[in-house]
Amino acid sequence: MWIYEKKLEFPIHITKPDGRLAKIMIEQYGGPDGELGAAVRYLSQKFTMVTPQAKATLNDIATEEMAHLEMMGTIVHQLTQGLTKAQLEEAGLSPYYVNHGFGVYPSAASGIPFNATALQSKGDPLTDLYEDMAAEQKARSTYEYLIDLTDDPDVLAPLRFLREREVVHFQRFGEALDSARDYLNQQHYFFMNQK
Amino acid sequence: MDRNMLMQKLMELDFLAVDLGLFLNTHPDSSEAIAAYNEVIEAADKVRLQYEENFGPLCSFRSYAADPEHWLWERNPWPWQKDANTTMGGKECR
Ligand SMILES: [Fe+2]
Repeated sequence: MWIYEKKLEFPIHITKPDGRLAKIMIEQYGGPDGELGAAVRYLSQKFTMVTPQAKATLNDIATEEMAHLEMMGTIVHQLTQGLTKAQLEEAGLSPYYVNHGFGVYPSAASGIPFNATALQSKGDPLTDLYEDMAAEQKARSTYEYLIDLTDDPDVLAPLRFLREREVVHFQRFGEALDSARDYLNQQHYFFMNQK
Repeated sequence: MDRNMLMQKLMELDFLAVDLGLFLNTHPDSSEAIAAYNEVIEAADKVRLQYEENFGPLCSFRSYAADPEHWLWERNPWPWQKDANTTMGGKECR
């Protein structure tokens, strides 16, 4: 169960419409290392997680990722508000526009729709937590590439915040991995034999 | 305090709570962090109440409907609208 709070995790107010930026920001909404994938990855993996610490970590980071998904959707939405036809065409947004208008649709910057093959749920706590650590690093890299291509301070501020969160999540998943590994080592038998 | 200032204050406090909560999940015996967490929750509760009294409910099925005549939850601005927020552009610390 979730309670919705009627506010963003970090404020976003973008003054200048910018089709070029909207076209690339969608990457972190519905791209392979984006926030939708992050939320679904952790929400799905939590059911077979072993230690209380690691369960809590997956559950709560997944919850924060949903807030990040909302932030990326907000960025795309505000960047497209007030775009003229000429600006839209110049930014190469026409193919997106003919399908979605200015609706926010989970796809990568390349236009490829979100696909669950971007995530894994292996039912093995160590495998899943290693994947999550890698996923946080991939998201951090993507935010850095987006920051490289952004000059609008209204967009940079939330991107920097989101990049920073990936670093923290990576750290927390590392600690969760330690707890899961310690637990499994104490069992003195293979995890699969516990069933 | 105006709406933007209250919202900003609440975002700061709630963020601290989120971050401390994640830390505590993997450091459950840190009494220092637990004390900090409780302090932040208490401060955020006060600001949340102040915000809700003046500008309407923040939490789905948790906040009181303070106005008996009007359901304020549906009112604009929703968080993704520009006028729900001020920009942090140029204000962050590097
Ligand atoms: Fe993350």
